[in-house]
Amino acid sequence: MRTSMFSRLWTVIIFIYLFAPIAILIVFSFNAAKSLSVFSAPSLKWYRELFRDDVTLASLKNTLLLAVSASIVSTVMGTAAAVGINKLRRRWLAAALDTVTNIPMVNPDIITGISLMLMFVFVGRLFGLATSLSFWTMLLAHITFCLPYVILQVLPKLRQMDPALPEAAMDLGCTPLRAFFKAELPEIMPGVITGMIMAFTLSLDDFVISYFTQGNGFQTLPIRIYNMTKKTVTPKMYALATIIFFVILTLLLITNLIGDEDGAKRRRSKKRV
Amino acid sequence: MNRKARGDSIAAVQRAALAPYTVWAVVFIVVPLFFIAYYAFTDDSFRFTTANIVRFFTTTSEVVTEKGIPREVRTYLLIFARSLKLAVISTILCLLLGYPFAYLISRAGARAQKTMITLVMVPMWMNFLIRTYAWMTLLQDTGLINSFLGMLHLPALHMIGTEGAVVVGMVYDYLPYMILPIYSVMAKMDEKLIEAAHDLGCSSSGVLRRVVVPLSMPGVVSGITMVLVPSISTFYISQKLGNGKFYLIGDAIESQYTANNLHFAAAIAFIFMIVLLAAMALMRKLTGRRVYEGGM
Repeated sequence: MRTSMFSRLWTVIIFIYLFAPIAILIVFSFNAAKSLSVFSAPSLKWYRELFRDDVTLASLKNTLLLAVSASIVSTVMGTAAAVGINKLRRRWLAAALDTVTNIPMVNPDIITGISLMLMFVFVGRLFGLATSLSFWTMLLAHITFCLPYVILQVLPKLRQMDPALPEAAMDLGCTPLRAFFKAELPEIMPGVITGMIMAFTLSLDDFVISYFTQGNGFQTLPIRIYNMTKKTVTPKMYALATIIFFVILTLLLITNLIGDEDGAKRRRSKKRV
Repeated sequence: MNRKARGDSIAAVQRAALAPYTVWAVVFIVVPLFFIAYYAFTDDSFRFTTANIVRFFTTTSEVVTEKGIPREVRTYLLIFARSLKLAVISTILCLLLGYPFAYLISRAGARAQKTMITLVMVPMWMNFLIRTYAWMTLLQDTGLINSFLGMLHLPALHMIGTEGAVVVGMVYDYLPYMILPIYSVMAKMDEKLIEAAHDLGCSSSGVLRRVVVPLSMPGVVSGITMVLVPSISTFYISQKLGNGKFYLIGDAIESQYTANNLHFAAAIAFIFMIVLLAAMALMRKLTGRRVYEGGM
């Protein structure tokens, strides 16, 4: 009884800590005045201003463009890499690749960002460019930090798969490539999709690496938020935060519901067997 | 074609699929790290120099102690020490708050577990810039906490710009990264082990100490890394909550980058990277585990 009281209290305290600051941002996004400590009257003024802010809207479009491109490229290349790693026979090569793949995950973002920036700037100078940083350097950087997460999601699925599967497909007349698409890919699909979603959200959320590899006026949403919070407080930011919060909440609830249905389906089909 | 030859031909095709990634990893992961070293040991015209490294260890500045006595300090060593101190404090606080919480979630019913984990993930999915900014508005001198204190006729607190404010921001931003890996290890723990320990006469605290804690260690190790690494290298949290330009190692790198002193920025990053590598090797040796194992 005592423990259950304690655990309930602990749970409540942690959730208040996690959500109170966000709740306050949401409440004050509807404040007519600019103040963050006195709520004067409810208003949608800051939302109207946000939707009139072309720079922010453009940065949202940039973020989505970048996240879609980076997640597609890293998913294709990462899945191919996982298939290859799974078949590697030389131990030292597998160990070396494993170490290198871990580097972007273990290194602080600031190191990854600085290292890529230095290389881009150096190569740009070789070609005599004044600014070598642009959408393209950012895309290269995003693909780089997404790749390890895709590989990490796909590799375990390949290891669980029966290695005789592609061979059986070839017995039935498939070329190796066709065997991969017809027999292997459907087996590892859940890992590929999880990897792609991870890559997409990582790219969407990244600030630090983007900050160091940005250039030529190409701004993503996190960089826009950074620039917005650099100077004075604008409640427009709260309106933006509120919208982001509800989008995330909805997405998480939907994935949760789909997960529930999948689980229920699996349980039902198991019973039938 | 016999069976072995066919297997070999598949394997050969599949190994070829690895080629683009191998090239990519070398060009965009390995080579850039050498560029940090290259920039760190060269001057503006790319001639070899150790001046940047020497500058890191020898730059001094004057700080005024609490008693008002000016004191000469090694600027970057002090910044390094401060980063380490704040990151370690934040990591310990995250562990103290997060560990019991992860345990509570893992003992709840299946449905409650899922709801609570989703709720933990919601703030994690929000950009950390927004989360940090939320705390800035709370902690300001004219912020909500102080106006609340004023309503209770209590004296206002000066919080923004202190080390405490930075720690609050770090703990808030990275707490979910501690909870999730610990929870995922605990959720996989076999309930029967705990029952068996009880049956064999273990007290509740004995079960925790002898069964739950040792089994959850992989989650704890990856939780610690996932909090320590971003908090030791942050610059936004210290900019917004610490009010300092030259506060943490991340700020030092960022401000040299902004000032276009790329060679010195690389030198700071280089030394930082070496220290981190050494720390990770040490941790691996002590725990016998790879960092990030048993994570999410």
